[in-house]
Order: sequence, then structure tokens, then C-alpha cells
Amino acid sequence: MKKLLTGNEAVALGAYEAGVHFASAYPGTPSTEILENIANYDEIISEWAPNEKVALEAALGASLAGARSLAAMKHVGLNVAADPFFTIGYTGVNGGMVLITADDPGLHSSQNEQDNRYYARHAKVAMVEPSNSQEAKDMVIKAMEISEQFDTLVLMRMTTRICHSKSLVEVGERKEVEIKPYKKDIQKYYVAPAVAKELHVKVEERLKRLEEFSNETDLNYVIWNTDKIGVISSGVAFEYAREVFGDKASYLKLGFTHPLPMKKIKEFAEKVETLYVVEELEPYIEEQIKAQGIKCIGKDKIPNIWELNPEIVAASLLEEKPETIEVDSSKVVNRPPTLCAGCPHRGFFYALSKKKNVMISGDIGCYTLGGAAPLNAMDTTICMGASISLGHGASKVFKKYNKDMKVVSVIGDSTFFHTGVNSLMDVVYNKSNIVTCILDNRVTSMTGQQDNPGTGYTLQGEVTEMVNIADLVKAIGIKHVRTVNPLKLDELEEAFDWAFALDEPSVIITRWPCALKKLSEADKKEFELVAGKCEVDEEKCIGCRKCVNTGCPAIYFDKTKRKSIIDKVQCIGCELCMQVCPTKAIIKVGE
Amino acid sequence: MGNTRSILLVGVGGQGTILASKILSTGLVEAGYDVKMSEIHGMAQRGGSVSTQVRFGDEVYSPIIGKGAADILVSFETMEALRWLDYLKPDGKVVVNDYKIPSAPILMGKADYPEGVIEAIKEKADTWVVDAANIAMELGNAKVMNIVLLGALVKAMDLTDIDWEQVIRNNVKEKFADINVKAFQRGMEAIELARA
Repeated sequence: MKKLLTGNEAVALGAYEAGVHFASAYPGTPSTEILENIANYDEIISEWAPNEKVALEAALGASLAGARSLAAMKHVGLNVAADPFFTIGYTGVNGGMVLITADDPGLHSSQNEQDNRYYARHAKVAMVEPSNSQEAKDMVIKAMEISEQFDTLVLMRMTTRICHSKSLVEVGERKEVEIKPYKKDIQKYYVAPAVAKELHVKVEERLKRLEEFSNETDLNYVIWNTDKIGVISSGVAFEYAREVFGDKASYLKLGFTHPLPMKKIKEFAEKVETLYVVEELEPYIEEQIKAQGIKCIGKDKIPNIWELNPEIVAASLLEEKPETIEVDSSKVVNRPPTLCAGCPHRGFFYALSKKKNVMISGDIGCYTLGGAAPLNAMDTTICMGASISLGHGASKVFKKYNKDMKVVSVIGDSTFFHTGVNSLMDVVYNKSNIVTCILDNRVTSMTGQQDNPGTGYTLQGEVTEMVNIADLVKAIGIKHVRTVNPLKLDELEEAFDWAFALDEPSVIITRWPCALKKLSEADKKEFELVAGKCEVDEEKCIGCRKCVNTGCPAIYFDKTKRKSIIDKVQCIGCELCMQVCPTKAIIKVGE
Repeated sequence: MGNTRSILLVGVGGQGTILASKILSTGLVEAGYDVKMSEIHGMAQRGGSVSTQVRFGDEVYSPIIGKGAADILVSFETMEALRWLDYLKPDGKVVVNDYKIPSAPILMGKADYPEGVIEAIKEKADTWVVDAANIAMELGNAKVMNIVLLGALVKAMDLTDIDWEQVIRNNVKEKFADINVKAFQRGMEAIELARA
């Protein structure tokens, strides 16, 4: 039976069929749905980890215990997991082990567009790259076999257009795999320097065997049409190349891309007149081919910036421009993403935006949108957890050099658990006076409502312990902690005044559920959701636009009438606009 | 390649483009086509401009298209049609929802919603205008606007041989099945009326 699946769904199915026993991940676009789908299989122990390093280490533990294991993360997640990743390159595995990296060419939902194929080379592990959903499924199964055969972690590199594109997949059966015996083996897993020294020798030997495999495996295959043009390609770029060249080129399709099948590549290159290397982002394949003295055309013509598509490949290599309809785009107004109507972050950023002489150090999540107009309440966003540590460093300098600047660090609940906790220890330990604001909306929102250590539920929705953020920060040594309702501007303003006056570090926790969250029983008990919707009394509205400047997508300013209008469909009655209105022109209806 | 056809659905995060394309792709698969569909999740979904692509034929390679390559553009929001119009083939068709969602700069009064969008599109391409919001409201649920547009798309693309009613019933919650089937039919009728 064939099913239309996304690459992520196909990876989950592949894990099931491959007999995988354990899977762990931290959510991150475009990888999130891998674990969400694996969670549907009772045969697989599957978990959300607090961050990617934890996920990879837990997966390693499962592998050492003899299980087939999988970890999944977005590309930047592998930066967090790089520490265990490189050493797993040395130790190898017991049960088969696969790490999925989901890269984001085009930065649809990311802070950079790093090409994680280099990680495979860097850590000297095997790598596969699927081009569609069927391959994504098949390669998980194949990668498990490769992992066990060569005693290596296998990195599977996906990209947004593989993860989030659907194509047909043949559904198979699960093949149960027995758990291998656990064996204490200090020469393999106890990587003290003397052990690691010997392991490095073995890693280099393994690479040679893997290259032989790369030349033999049918994951790397030739489609022969002509000797005029040859195309070497991998991943979704292969599909673009086929779309553009059809049967007017021959192809060397690479599915196993570390180590590269250099013998196969040389043979292919010798047979064709012109050789193109079509790859998305960096010249990972091209550079290695050129280093062998083989002539090819790649990144000198195809951009290494943003994602590719057939049009870009055709324009770059064939100088073919499509005929398009001319559009006067000056009429089209931008449509940037915004915080949702009723988002609890809005009130927080509105109150914070009124503060003068502050550096607002932000983080990664929905609340990153607090930096956009009209709130403009964020100076920096770098990577998960950086808000607190970056803010700490800045505040130490401001203080020592007498700069009149206060630092406010803004981080979400899930991001705080991810890597913010360590940074907050730095704040306490090294005595800065930053105001750390933990925006606890009771869920991991940006990636689509995942549970985390603070929600009280596991990936499968089972009840579990709930980290109490206030207790946690107090245990770290924060003496000044307040929890406020971010929908109440007076509470926020008072909390800011209190925290700004302190010369010691403080934490403000804003606690209110995400407007999109499906409330749990505990949420329903804790949060009294206000019924009704907000409405503008046009008689009283003076057109000052204060409500509009909260950036709520439910509020529209009618320029002809010079009045604000609230869209009843979108409004969820959070009452923030009522609090900013100087004439009390906004009222609650339908309570 | 060859006989592959490309559909581009665009709109604003939250309008249900993903469900519409899911039903569309499922129906096309059941009709025996090779199908690829690509959508964008994450940041853009927060009220931003979103697009979903569906490609079908005997054998589909790329899941996405570039400019000048769509056979049909279905825009769930009026201005979005203009934003994506250069992705349409010069002889492509447009189904545009007569439904305006002001974007953030417009809400704040920093920019104006463009006037004459539908006229501008009609000048450039073979266009059907569908008042999907009113149709959905008449049916009693604004949310089925996406299925009205799906019906319009199916009619405009002459894909009516597929048993769409069954596909819809299999893909929406039972209690919403009837209204969605009605929405689909009304969408098809909207194209017929425009043709007549």
C-alpha cells in the first residue's frame, strides 16, 4: 500500500519498520513532526528531551544498551549536540544509531542556513541524504544496517523541502530486531585520552571501509541517458536537476554522501563532456571532486545562498529564464508574521517597550516576534539560551564602565529549560544584575504546541513531574523572583519598576497559556479565561492608535473614519487593548 | 516533467490552505497520479504569507516550482494573488478569493490595502473571482472557506472525475463532513456561474 507522506512522517515509518527501540528529540522546524509521528508507535520508546545534546546522549545510551536508536533535530540543534556527536564519531555504537539533521535552506524558520553535511566529514561518521519521502523511509532502515555493519553513527541529512514535502511511500511491516547484549568495553566507550588516541586510528580505518562501501552501494547510482551532460547531485537538488534536464543529461545520484564514492565519481566524470554538480547551499560535493582534479561546474554558477528550485537551476546552468507575468509589485504590502491575537507575550513586550535605557536581549521562539514593529522590544536574538548569558556579559561591561544601561533578558519556558538554565547560573555565580524574564506560556509554541519539562505531560501526553520555574531559579540562587500575569499591564509595570531598582539579579516569570494552547485540566483550574470579545465604542474612540500599536492582528485602524475597529472573529477577549485605551473606548461584550 | 501540472495555493497563515491541499493531494493520489506536495510550517504561519504547492502527473520530480511555472494559482486572500502572480505560467489560470486580510503594516495604518487588485489580476490572467467568505457564511461556518476554494479549484482545473465527496468525508471530522461537502459543491458552482 502506498501512502502520501511528508519526509518527516516517512522517517517515523522507517524507524518503525527498522525495528527502532528508542527515539529522542528536541522540537525544531523543520524536524518536529519526526518524533510526533514516532510517538504513535508503542513499540518505540520516544521522548522529548530538554535539548538536542540531551536527546543525542540519551539515544547513545540506548544504543550502548543494545537498542536501535534515533535522535532528531533541526540543523542548529546539532550545534548544541556537537559535543557528544564528535565523540560518538570515535566510540561508534552498539545497537544501530541514526541522527537526523533537518537543515533549513531558505531560512524559513531559522537563524542561519548552515549546511550540516560538513558535520559528517568533521566527525568522520557515515551520511545519507534522501531526495524524497520514499527514500527518507528506506534510508532510515538502510542507515540502521550501515550503522551496525560499520560500527558508526549515521547522520541523515534532510532539508525543509524533504521534511515538509509529501510524496508516495510504500508502507511495509516492522521487522523486530533483538536488543544486543550490553557489554562493558572501556577500550570503546570510556574515552579517556589514552583510549581516544587508539580510537582515532580505528576511525580512520573505518572511513576507508566506508569509502569502499560508498563505491559499491546502490544508494549511489547512475541514470544513463547521454554523454553530453553529466549531473552529480544529492538530496532534493537531485529532483530539481531531473526536472530541468530530464533525459538530456546522465545522472550520478548520491544517496550515501560521506564518504563520497570517489571511484564512481571519477568513472562517471570520464564518460561525460560537461559535468555539473547540483547541490543546495555549500559546495560540499563539488569541493571534494575538484580536490581530486576533476573538472566540474557548480557553485560558480549555482548560488550557495537560499534554497534552490528548478527555476534557479535552469537559470544558473542553462541561462533559461521562464516567461512570467509582469506584476506591479509596488502595490503589494508586506505580510510579516505577527504574534497571534490574544498572545500573552504582547502585553509583556508592550510594557517593556516603554522602558528607556535598556538593552533587551532576546531568544528563540514565538516571542522573537516581540522585536518586530510596532513593539520593537528586542535588541538581539542569537541562539537558544543566549538571551541570559549574552545579557550577563553586556551588563558586566555596562556596569564596570558606568554606562547607564539596564539589561533585560527575555526567554521562553522551553528555551529556558533547553539552555537558559546554565546561563542563569552564570548570572548568579558571576553577580550581574540583569532582569531575566521567563515567558512561561505553558507549552513549546513556535514549533506547534509540544510539551516540555514544565508542562507536566510527556510526548505521549502522560502525566509527569512538572518543573517549577520559580523554585528552580531560587535553587540556582536568584533571590528576587516574581510571577505575574502578562495580560495585566499594571502588574507588569510594577514588576519592572521593582526589578529595575534592584542591584542584584532578578527573575520575572510571566505565566499565562499560549492563545493557541489546548488547555489541560491543570490549566483550566489555574487560569480564569475571560469570556467575551472586545469592541470599540466609536463615540469614545479618539483615533489615537494606542490599541493599534499593541500590534494585535484583530485591531484595524480605519483611516477614513479615524477609528479603531476590532475583528470579532480574531479577538479572543484578552483585554490588553482595553488597558491601553486612554478614553476607555473599548468594552467587553458577550461575557 | 512531461505532463506534470502544478497548483499553487497561497494565503495567510491560519486560512486552512494546508487542509485544502491535503484533500486535494489525497484525491489526486486516489485517481492514480504521482503527487508531490510541499508546504511551509513554522514562523511564517503566525499570520504571515503562506504557500502550498501541489504537483501531479505520471512521474513528478521536484516538489516545488519557481516563477512562471504554475498552471493555476489559487489565492485564499485577494492581495496574496498579486504577490504570487509571477509564479503563474503566462497562460495560467487564477482563482482568487474576494476576501481581504489586512497585513500588519495596513492594520497599523502605515500602508493602505491596495485598490483594484482583482482588476489588475484580471488584466493579466484568466481569472475567476470567488466570494468564498460569503458562501461559507451562508453555509453557517466561516472556516469552510478553504473547501469552497478547493471546489472552485477542482472545477477550474477540470478535475471533476474524482469522487471528491468521499475524499472530503474521509479527511474531515464526521460532524463537519456535510457542511464541507456542501462548501465544495458551492465552490464548483461558483466557477460554473462565472463561466455561464
